[in-house]
Formats: sequence, structure tokens, C-alpha cells
Amino acid sequence: MSEEITRESMPVDVVVVGGGPAGLSAAIRLKQLDEALEVVVLEKGSEIGAHILSGAVIDPRALDELLPEWRETCPLAEVPVTENHHWLLTRSGKWEIPHLALPPLMSNKGNYTGSLGNLCRWLAERAEEMGVQVFPGFPASEVLYDEAGNVMGVATQDMGVAADGSHKPEFEPGLELHAKYTLFAEGARGHLTKQVKARFDLEAECQPQVYGLGIKELWDVDPGKHEPGRVVHTQGWPLSESGTWGGGFLYHQADSQVALGFVTALDYANPHVSPYHEFQRWKHHPEIASVLEGGKRVAYGARVINEGGWQSVPKLAFPGGALVGCSAGFVNVPRIKGTHTAMKSGMLAAESIAAAIAGGRELDELAEYDAAVRSSWIAEELQKVKNAQPLVAKFGEDVGTMLAGIDMWLRTLKIRLPFTMKHHKDADSLGRADLYPKIAYPKPDGVLSFDRLTSVSFSGTNHEEDQPCHLKVQNMDLQKASELGLYDGPSTRYCPAGVYEWIEEGDEPKFVINAQNCVHCKTCDIKDPNGNITWVTPEGGGGPNYPNM
Amino acid sequence: MKILVPVKRVIDYNLKPRVKPDGSGIDLANTKMSMNPFDEIAVEEAIRLKEKGVATEVVAVSIGPAKAQETLRTALAMGADRAVLVETDEDIEPLAVAKILKAIAEEEGPGIVMLGKQAIDDDSNQTGQMLAALMGRPQGTFASKVEVEGDNVSVTREVDGGLETVKLSLPAIVTTDLRLNEPRYASLPNIMKAKKKPLDTKSPADYGVDCAPRLTTLKVEEPPVRQAGEMVGSVDELVAKLKEKGVVA
Repeated sequence: MSEEITRESMPVDVVVVGGGPAGLSAAIRLKQLDEALEVVVLEKGSEIGAHILSGAVIDPRALDELLPEWRETCPLAEVPVTENHHWLLTRSGKWEIPHLALPPLMSNKGNYTGSLGNLCRWLAERAEEMGVQVFPGFPASEVLYDEAGNVMGVATQDMGVAADGSHKPEFEPGLELHAKYTLFAEGARGHLTKQVKARFDLEAECQPQVYGLGIKELWDVDPGKHEPGRVVHTQGWPLSESGTWGGGFLYHQADSQVALGFVTALDYANPHVSPYHEFQRWKHHPEIASVLEGGKRVAYGARVINEGGWQSVPKLAFPGGALVGCSAGFVNVPRIKGTHTAMKSGMLAAESIAAAIAGGRELDELAEYDAAVRSSWIAEELQKVKNAQPLVAKFGEDVGTMLAGIDMWLRTLKIRLPFTMKHHKDADSLGRADLYPKIAYPKPDGVLSFDRLTSVSFSGTNHEEDQPCHLKVQNMDLQKASELGLYDGPSTRYCPAGVYEWIEEGDEPKFVINAQNCVHCKTCDIKDPNGNITWVTPEGGGGPNYPNM
Repeated sequence: MKILVPVKRVIDYNLKPRVKPDGSGIDLANTKMSMNPFDEIAVEEAIRLKEKGVATEVVAVSIGPAKAQETLRTALAMGADRAVLVETDEDIEPLAVAKILKAIAEEEGPGIVMLGKQAIDDDSNQTGQMLAALMGRPQGTFASKVEVEGDNVSVTREVDGGLETVKLSLPAIVTTDLRLNEPRYASLPNIMKAKKKPLDTKSPADYGVDCAPRLTTLKVEEPPVRQAGEMVGSVDELVAKLKEKGVVA
């Protein structure tokens, strides 16, 4: 039951959906090119940075191009990478991969380690100084099309809608932002991006996007163990035990803090795999545990990362809008870096838009932006590594990593092998529960490892309770028959926030969705074996409140 | 009638505060800050009084760092007419806050000073009461209902064991409790308009107030971690466990 809504509308030049590195870079570039442009950035998080989660080791290439003076005031400049290690873990030991064996692109020389959330906060301040209107707490929930079918802007979410759909006394209707061009900068698996990708068939000529689930914690460590600028990546154990791949990271950042996390590729087959528990287990590896012992966890969060690489980059422009950053998917997978490419894509889109508007154009297709990306250093960098991820996915971690290394070396040396590896959708890779062994994960010890709900309390997550559920199950019978019946309820394991539960009610299993715990990682939207769960925006400001993540 | 609404910028209520490793306080670096929720209720109530035609102007005041401007802009976006920021990077105790507010109230001459019953960061619950004492005006604290009738205001107070209604002569000080109202959302157009509303910046010295702290913080520490519960199968087992722990004889 919903009453008739009248929404106000507001004309602007450009609306940017998402206040992450790509969106903010686009907004800043637009203002640099023409300060008279009206630019609005919408952000679903309660503040800029609240929903940003990354490692992060950041390549400053795009930042140097966008704001060359950034080192003077940006918190990211505090900790340059000083040491770079790549470990292959076994259950209790490690092999260090020597630097000389790694292709030069894997070096972290000249990079910085810090919080991407804080970089975004800093970028947002710069953007606001330049006159960009930044609105955190306002999710774009609907794409608006004109009569010709061009994207003509977005509408923000209604506020104050009760769980049953009725309007509460404090109801506030959404606002329509009508723009000459709309940029989608929602990050990996953006829910509006998903709609425009389908509507304009943007993935017709590329491989499907594939993802990894990154789970991260921030720890205060014993200052005696803290080595600012030390960067460690791991492969191998514990995922090697379930034939899954991915890896861990451990970055020594400012203020005696270590950021650590674990990425599990979502193309795993065994439905009993729990990325959350793999991460908890990984922290107990002696090489990791020794850093954490005596320390204290201060934050927790999770987010999916694009792993498709160059072959999964869709068509980037469509009438009235374009995809930038992880909405398109410019992550360099073996480098685990996408901030610099995301920012660069935002800048390129801004340059195309500013020129188009100056030429009197609007609502048309920015084909020149698509072309600009494909002839930029983004393309050059991503083409070198395009086979690394699929080789590992196909041949397993040991052989695959070696092949990936060879492939990257050859491409670095400009010897291009004439093949591009393919991807398969993550949802399709899940196997039937009865064909795979169950995994008995160890219980958390409450010191290094924790249960999921305790962890979620460290993400600052909150949603208004009385609102419609933002995780939509299209067909509950299918969920029961297939997700539970065939796959043994993988949602209860892949969700890093414990949102999904199957409980017995009478004799019937019941699917319980604790949507208020959702950290907006988007795994369910990707990994449900039937594509039966759709993530939509909850009321503005809902979700995690990440500090320094 | 003018209403003065003091608002405080505090750590967001959703966050888990992190104690600084040296125990000197809470680490607020890069932490989300927002308006004290009780003050948000005060802003809402003041705006409702204006919408009813009882008040003519709502003035928001904050005492704190330059970033407290954001908190004032939130109040303006909700519907306050103008704002005053008394800028200081010092930690200001309730007594100094009350003294500054008294000076502002003398300048502005509000009929009601409406503020949250306490701030969620230090939980002092002192500012409103101190202000009333310094100004020599009546106070209605922990308000769950506020009704202005002529030169008086009736305040229903949430007290232990029930509700107490007091009638105060104006000007008066009202501190707001949780159940007074449900604050509105600031709409996007109103946030835009709020950027253009007047915001004056002052300093404590402009009001001649000595803000030197009267208290010394000895130590800040986290509450003890709650022990995990244990499921028991029967009453007998429960009794046995309680005996084992020495809770029952």
C-alpha cells in the first residue's frame, strides 16, 4: 500500500552516483575544467567514506594527475610503502616469493598504504571547496529515462517508509535530479549499474564480471611490532584446503595500526565454504598471529571486489550516462589495486562530459569516453595482467600463479600471447552440497578470531528498523527448494555479516533475513546460485559507518 | 517568541568508541560525528513550535571546533533560521558551556532555551540545569511534552515512576528527552537552502567567558567485556551451575 508520491525535481549539469574515488575524481575534474558546471554527488553512506572499504595500497598515479599537490595535506601521504613481501602460506609455514621472480608491475615502490575512506573524505573536502554539491545519506534508488529512452538522471530514495510500505509521519519523498549526463560510480556490483548494464546490453561483447569477497579488520598492534610501510600479501593456506583461491593482506599503516584482510574468489564450487571463517582461520597462521598477539581489533567490514579484469570491462557509455570506476571494473587483479584506475576513469569521463556540454550536447552517448579509456594507461596496465586471474582460477593456485607470472612477464616484455582467458559467472560455479565435503571450521577464540555478529558490531552498521527489507528474494519457493534443498543454504555462510539464516518453524524451514546487519558487500546479489536475491538501497544513511577503512 | 537551541557535535551514536591506547580519552580522528540525538529532538520541537505559530524564530548555537558548522547546517536544514558557532578547539565543560549560553541568551532574548537533556558523549546532564541557575530562570528538564500557553510553558517530565507536569513562566529552559518527538529528515533541497542561511562565528572570548577546565580526566577505559553465556539443558543443570559459581548456596 503506497500513497501517491509527488517528487520535486532539480536540474543540474552532472549527477554522480556514488562518493567513492571514481565519482569524486570525476566531480573534481569537472569543476577544474569548468567551474560553472552544477555537479551533484549522491552517496548512500551516512557520510563520505562510511561505505568505503579497501586495503589499501594505493598507486598515486591518478592522484598526481588530478591534484598534484596532494602530498601536502592528504592523510594518504603519511605512510609510503617501504617493504613488499609476497608469501605462499602452508598450514604452519611460508615460502617467500623472491622479488626478482615477480614481474616489475607487482612492485609497490612509490605506492602508499592507508585508508581509502580517508582519501575519499579528503577528496570530498576538495570537491566541496570547488563548489561540488556532495550529499551523503541520499542513495540514488532509481534511474530516470526520458521519452527517447536516454538516461536523464536519478531519483533519491524516499525516506520514512515503514516496513509495510506505508508512509510514516516523517515521510520525505525522494528528489529527482535531472542531468545532462549521469555518471554511475557505485563501486563493484552497483545496483543501478546492474540495471543500466541490462537495459543497454553493455556486457554484450565482454566476459561476465567475476568477484572476490574482501573481508577486512583494523587492529591496534603492539608498537614494538609495528613497521610502518611494511606490506605483505599471502596466497595458499587456508583456501588451498578447499580448492578455493584468493589471498590475504597485511599492511602496517599509521598510528600503530595494521590493516589486514582476506579476499576469497567467489567462483568457489564447494557450497560449504565460508569466506568469513577462512579469514578467521588465516589470522591464526603463526606468521599472521605473531603480528596480532597483544593487539586489539578496532574495526571490521566487508565488500566485494571486481576480479574480471580487462576482458570484463563492459561498454562504458550509453545515451545520457557512463560507468566509471568499479561500476565498470578497472581493478588490476594481481596488483589488487583499482583506486588509481577508478580515479583515472572518472577523470576521463569528466573530460568527455565537459567538452560535450561546452559543445552544447546533452543526453547522448559519450562514445569518446569509452574510446579514451581504451587508449589510456588504464588499458595498457590492465591488458598486461588480463590472463592472471583466469589462469589462477582455471589451474589452481600453485600452477595458476606460476602461469600467471609467466603470462605477466611476457606481456611486460611486450610478447603478447594471442589468447584471452574467459570467465564464468560466479553464481554458476556453485556445486550441489551433497557432492562436496562439509568443512568444520574451528571455533573463534575471542582473541584473534571472533564470531560474525561480534564482528558486525565493529562495522558501525545500523539501519532504521521499520523499513521495507532491502534484500529482495524474488521466489521464496525456489529459495527453499534449491538454495536450501540442493545447495544447503550457502547464504548462511557466504554472508560476512550473518544476515541470512534458515530456521525451523514448525516443520517448515524459514528463510530469515536480518537486513539490519547488512554491510552492503553485495555478495548475496552475486553468489546466490539462482540469482534469486537482489540487493537494493535501504533508507539513506543505513549500512556500515566505517572509520579509517 | 524566539527559541534558542544549543546543539553539540558528538561521536555518532552508531559507532563503537575507541579508547586511545594511552587511556587519555576517546580517539575521534576520522570518526563520524553527528548532532547529539537529544539536541536533534530539541531542534525538532523548536521547529514544530515555529510551525504552530508559537515561535517566530529558531536560532541554533554550537560551541566547538570549526567542524561543528556541519552540525549547525544540519539544524538549519531541518528548519532553524540562523546559527551561531562559538568556535574553540578546547574541551569545554558544561559550566563554561552554560556561561557562554547565558551570554548569548542575554544578547538574543529567547523565550525558551531548548536543549537536549544530555550529550551522548560525556553523559553529563548538567548544562540545562546550570544555565537555569545562572540565568535565574525556571527549568523543565526531561521533557516528553511541551505546550506553550500565553506567558507560560507546560512541560511534562519523565520522572522515576511516572510523568510530572510543571508549569513554568517564560523565559524558561527546557531540556528534551527521547520520547518528545521523532525528528524529521532534512530533505535534499532543504540541505541546499541551509548552505545559504546565516551562520555567525564567535569565540568564547567574545563573551568574556573563562573556559579553563575545572576537572582533570584521570583515565578513560573500556567497560569490561561481557562473558559469553552458556546454554543449559534443564533447571537442575542451571541450579548446579549456579551453585558451582557460588551464586546460590
